[in-house]
Amino acid sequence: MASQETPVSRRLKLIKHVIIVCSGKGGVGKSSVSAQLALSLHASSPTARVGILDVDLTGPSIPRMLGLAGHGVHQSSEGWVPVYADGAEARLACMSVGFLLKKKDDSVVWRGPKKNAMIRQFLSDVRWGELDYLVIDTPPGTSDEHLSLLEHMALVHDRLSAVIVTTPQAVALMDAMKCLSFTRTVSLPVLGIIENMSGYVCPCCGEISNVFSTGGGEDMARRENVPFLGSLPVDTELVTLLDAAEGAEGKDEKNSAQPNESAERSFRLLARYQRTSSADLMKPIVDVIMGTLPLVESSAQQP
Amino acid sequence: MLAVQQPTEVPSPLSVPSNAPEHCPGTESELAGKSAACAGCANQEICASNTPKGPDPALPFIRERMSTVKRKILVLSGKGGVGKSTFTAQLGWAFAADEDVQTGIMDVDICGPSIPTILGIASEQVHSSSSGWSPVYVQDNLGVMSVGFMLPSSRDAIMWRGPKKNGLISQFLKDVDWGTLDYLLVDTPPGTSDEHLSIVQYLKESGIDGAVVITTPQEVALQDVRREIDFCRKVGIRVLGVVENMAGFVCPGCKTESQIFKPSTGGAKKLAEDMGLELLGSVPLDPRIGKSADYGVSFLDEYPDSPATTAYLNIIDRIKEILGDA
Ligand SMILES: Nc1ncnc2c1ncn2[C@@H]1O[C@H](COP(=O)(O)OP(=O)(O)OP(=O)(O)O)[C@@H](O)[C@H]1O
Ligand SMILES: Nc1ncnc2c1ncn2[C@@H]1O[C@H](COP(=O)(O)OP(=O)(O)OP(=O)(O)O)[C@@H](O)[C@H]1O
Ligand code: SF4
Ligand SMILES: [Mg+2]
Ligand SMILES: [Mg+2]
Repeated sequence: MASQETPVSRRLKLIKHVIIVCSGKGGVGKSSVSAQLALSLHASSPTARVGILDVDLTGPSIPRMLGLAGHGVHQSSEGWVPVYADGAEARLACMSVGFLLKKKDDSVVWRGPKKNAMIRQFLSDVRWGELDYLVIDTPPGTSDEHLSLLEHMALVHDRLSAVIVTTPQAVALMDAMKCLSFTRTVSLPVLGIIENMSGYVCPCCGEISNVFSTGGGEDMARRENVPFLGSLPVDTELVTLLDAAEGAEGKDEKNSAQPNESAERSFRLLARYQRTSSADLMKPIVDVIMGTLPLVESSAQQP
Repeated sequence: MLAVQQPTEVPSPLSVPSNAPEHCPGTESELAGKSAACAGCANQEICASNTPKGPDPALPFIRERMSTVKRKILVLSGKGGVGKSTFTAQLGWAFAADEDVQTGIMDVDICGPSIPTILGIASEQVHSSSSGWSPVYVQDNLGVMSVGFMLPSSRDAIMWRGPKKNGLISQFLKDVDWGTLDYLLVDTPPGTSDEHLSIVQYLKESGIDGAVVITTPQEVALQDVRREIDFCRKVGIRVLGVVENMAGFVCPGCKTESQIFKPSTGGAKKLAEDMGLELLGSVPLDPRIGKSADYGVSFLDEYPDSPATTAYLNIIDRIKEILGDA
């Protein structure tokens, strides 16, 4: 085995579990679920060490969602230093192509091979250190990024698992099904399906509207014999939180000069997140994930 | 013990040389040396030679096919799930409402084709004849091509890397018997990657009339849309305007409007202003739009009196006006 060691496997040796968040469809909430998962795992224990890697290279959302837009990556003798969402505590490490851009509105126009190289570098050159969980946010589809991830992590395949996010509409479920077929083809164990944006409570009269329908995710899970992790209704507070994560006081950019201050402020993000109704619903989902991870991984090791 | 590694320099995805013009796509980009911004840059020759590729042999065939297509319109958004496919379908139906107008829809979302479902033709297959692959017709004057028609089952995932996707897109343009079209609408996946580069490169010669950019009101979507507009500028595609989708929701119970995707940074209006573009209109969130898409029926026909239909039709009229087809 030692001879097979790669720069990626050397880094990933220190990482206990890797959770890949995916969905065939765009905009169903992969990035927001990844961010919530990372926050909830961080909060699950005072010593939990979590990483979040954003491999959506042409549409990175994680920096914004975690209030870290404008931060940059530094280089050290042990590799690139990730951006820590919790500042000095350094238990929530983030990496995204968004941190490498000089101007945030620049488009990254890359074909597959460049994406492949970047993902390899994210896995081999980032000083993740010891992590209990590495959450990976992916772009929609089943293409270069997904294939590259699996290829580069082949040596740690027994520590990989996936969470599939969908919304309730048929068009989304169809793509979620494709995503599930993908996980089966590449033998990636699935922790379960999350149905996002399922129902909306009118803030005025309290009536529940199924703005994007409801229930399809659970049906799919039952039909396909995959665990159903839960439903997350439309939460407008969450949208605002993830949108303006720089803090209610607004203006971003200028904060980037004082990383500590803005890191601290962004970690008020966790406190604010914990006050949303989504956080309460996410907690049992995260408990199930933490509980099933070892089981899923050990069954993956059986030939 | 942590194995000591050679420190690798943190890359700049754009790596813009100091002597490059403002809109330099970056020397690592697929567009290096080829974008509109590169014209006149001192590095152009070196940058262009980094990607040595002769002209694609498909190009003359594409030019031939496209010579009978009057207008080519892209529907784009950096962000996923904002309603690109839904808008493309509505636009197709609206154009095809005039029986003298021939419309084609080409779905280049290879990994997540939604167009067949939205148009209610998901179970159809593509047939080939001596004149090429025949599109699937929703009605006489609305032909559609999508990878969805080529899969044995909708459960199948297409796990293709870029080059295979590009190959299929080139086939959609050269091998499909589109016939004579007034409009060819292209639905794209989110992002700025292989599919987008390919469609732009393949259609460059025949000319793209413009792109309609779709967004939702929240900043997480807008930031991706700004990147998409930056892409359009780099490759020299005219942006016809911006459409804001899922703006505001009217509760069927109490009729009060609330914002689900709150425009925390000013929404599409501010984005359009900042980028010097026209806001073509705002479509509200209406659960019946999602239902219609799932059942494959035209929302415009099913709910002609809804505010969303009015919004859609105004936008479509404005697009025709901008194109000079009104
Ligand atoms: N439960 C929810 N309620 C309300 N809004 C939500 C919910 N989940 C996500 N959103 C919002 O929906 C938008 C899309 O979500 P997100 O960006 O996480 O999707 P995605 O699947 O990562 O999209 P992409 O395919 O573009 O990467 C975001 O603005 C997000 O804040
Ligand atoms: N105004 C609207 N109100 C309610 N639902 C809508 C609206 N517009 C689109 N939808 C629904 O939202 C979902 C996403 O729309 P659509 O599939 O058109 O987005 P897309 O941008 O093409 O997504 P992708 O990035 O995955 O290609 C669909 O289920 C669609 O029916
Ligand atoms: S030729 Fe284009 S890509 Fe190369 S440096 Fe100049 S502007 Fe940038
Ligand atoms: Mg995302
Ligand atoms: Mg689509």
